[in-house]
Amino acid sequence: MRLRNVWVYGLGLALAATVVGCGGSQGTSSTSGSAASPAGAPAGMKVDIATAGNVTGSVMVDGAVPKNLAIKMNADPVCIKENSGVQLQETYVVGSDGKSLGNVFVYVKDGLGNYVFDTPTDMAHIDQKGCRYHPHVFGVRVGQPIEISNGDPTLHNIHALPKDNKEFNTAQPLKNMKIAHTFDKKEVMVPFKCEVHGWMNSYVGVLDHPYFAVTSDSGKFELKDLPPGTYTIEAWHEKMGTETQSVTLAAKETKDISFTFKAPAAPAN
Amino acid sequence: MLHKFAKLVAGCTVLLVLAGSLVTSTDSGLSVPDWPTTYGQNMFTFPMSKWVGGIFYEHSHRLIASTVGLLTIVLAAWLWVAEPRRWIKRLGVVALAAVIVQGLLGGLTVRYFLPAPVSTAHAALAEIFFCLTVAIALFTSPGWIGGEGQVDDAVLRRTATATSVLVYAQILVGAAMRHTGAGLAIPDFPLMFGHLIPDHWDARIAVHFAHRLGALLVTLSILATSAHIWYHHRGQRALARPATLIVALAGIQITLGALTVLSQRNVWINSAHVVCGALVLTTSLVITLRSWRVRFAMVRGHDRGARRSTGPARPELADGRLQTDQVRLEPDTTNATGMRA
Repeated sequence: MRLRNVWVYGLGLALAATVVGCGGSQGTSSTSGSAASPAGAPAGMKVDIATAGNVTGSVMVDGAVPKNLAIKMNADPVCIKENSGVQLQETYVVGSDGKSLGNVFVYVKDGLGNYVFDTPTDMAHIDQKGCRYHPHVFGVRVGQPIEISNGDPTLHNIHALPKDNKEFNTAQPLKNMKIAHTFDKKEVMVPFKCEVHGWMNSYVGVLDHPYFAVTSDSGKFELKDLPPGTYTIEAWHEKMGTETQSVTLAAKETKDISFTFKAPAAPAN
Repeated sequence: MLHKFAKLVAGCTVLLVLAGSLVTSTDSGLSVPDWPTTYGQNMFTFPMSKWVGGIFYEHSHRLIASTVGLLTIVLAAWLWVAEPRRWIKRLGVVALAAVIVQGLLGGLTVRYFLPAPVSTAHAALAEIFFCLTVAIALFTSPGWIGGEGQVDDAVLRRTATATSVLVYAQILVGAAMRHTGAGLAIPDFPLMFGHLIPDHWDARIAVHFAHRLGALLVTLSILATSAHIWYHHRGQRALARPATLIVALAGIQITLGALTVLSQRNVWINSAHVVCGALVLTTSLVITLRSWRVRFAMVRGHDRGARRSTGPARPELADGRLQTDQVRLEPDTTNATGMRA
């Protein structure tokens, strides 16, 4: 029997050693601070700005969108102090005309062929301020570093939940803490969330080209310097899904397009 | 005193199950991204002023779990030193091993971002650990040692055991449902998408449906066991009382399950549903163990040590099995070597 007990203790120790070993590797792989070029990019053409055109447009919603849910920030006194008045989710950002839709990520989904683009070295930013993410929706390039900062005098965890990229969850317990992270695969969209403050969420679109934009409150967007060609343009909204359309652009042409989302029938925050 | 301490450990484990269910219900499992530290600090010195938002639930869960772990170490040591029955000493070690593995699973689920299999295993082992603490409390009780409520009823043994297995399986399905986000995959109750059977299916609807179907099977099994006890062993309070209790708990549990759906997974209702499920399981376990109490005495009679010490052998059949209708029901007082105390 003693031998059996020794075996049980041995198994426990082995498990503990395995966990420590696994944990160690995990801790070093979740974040990184340096920019990296997409590996193995095929040789291709550079865009000729002299012949490039633009796609401009707007995103509208057909029907009345549900009201944004109220946020109860009383779980953290700092969040209450940082905000005044009724706080609402940022799910639906509708312009004063009641139709134009903000916070929609619009991007070239297909049609760029083998054009290649330099990876930007300047950082994209997302800040945690007033117990919200700023911006709520944004885009970055594959390999472009994102600086994630905590502008609040309280604790945040920033948890990215990608499907194709590597998931990470990092603590930022102090004000002005900064980390950098780089996504190495294109993915539309990667959600961010904070489990300390359950209402905090954000979305980033990761693309291997520069043709993306986020609509303003007036629903407007602009994709600049697109080479001539036929493209699939997609508009993404966090609750209403996606809408796509095809656009053919001649040299130096500017085309105006619009997307219309159908408002959900019932509250769906 | 040992029995009272074992009851304390079991009671604290109920609190731990509640704390764990609150973590899942509030989606706070990753609010503390590191483990075993808390935001880089020793978890025992992490200041209360920083227990904000989801951290309150996750950190409380870790502290209660640590307390239960410490109490389990004391319980296992106490059993090892003071308990004469060798198999209960071992049960204490098993409980200690279970709580250690449970802690490691909790750490793994944080470090690997709540993978459903690990989170479900964490929930499943929690129930087993709770069962172990309740079993130890039962085995160290004067009623158990004194042989209270012993009946030699094979039908009861079968139905009670089947009920415990069914309840545990139902809890596993429930844990899988929670950790795969299928709690509202069927959003209405008692109908399912307006029908008796869902009119469309996917994996999450299937697991949710399995949980509802399991609830029906478990309820029938509980009613069968309790009805059997009421009909055949009404005078045995050690059986009749938990038989009544489990029917009441099952009624509460079904109500909480329905309210969980109808309230769109209200945090406290959802968590109470998890805790009540654990209480149904352990009540069923108590009935099951008491239904097998008579066999515990027989098994002891087969112990080599007991054979050496108890003199004349009990009547045996030709194949060596004990002749059950002639077994004497006695207090279980075997000591560490299998001999009578």
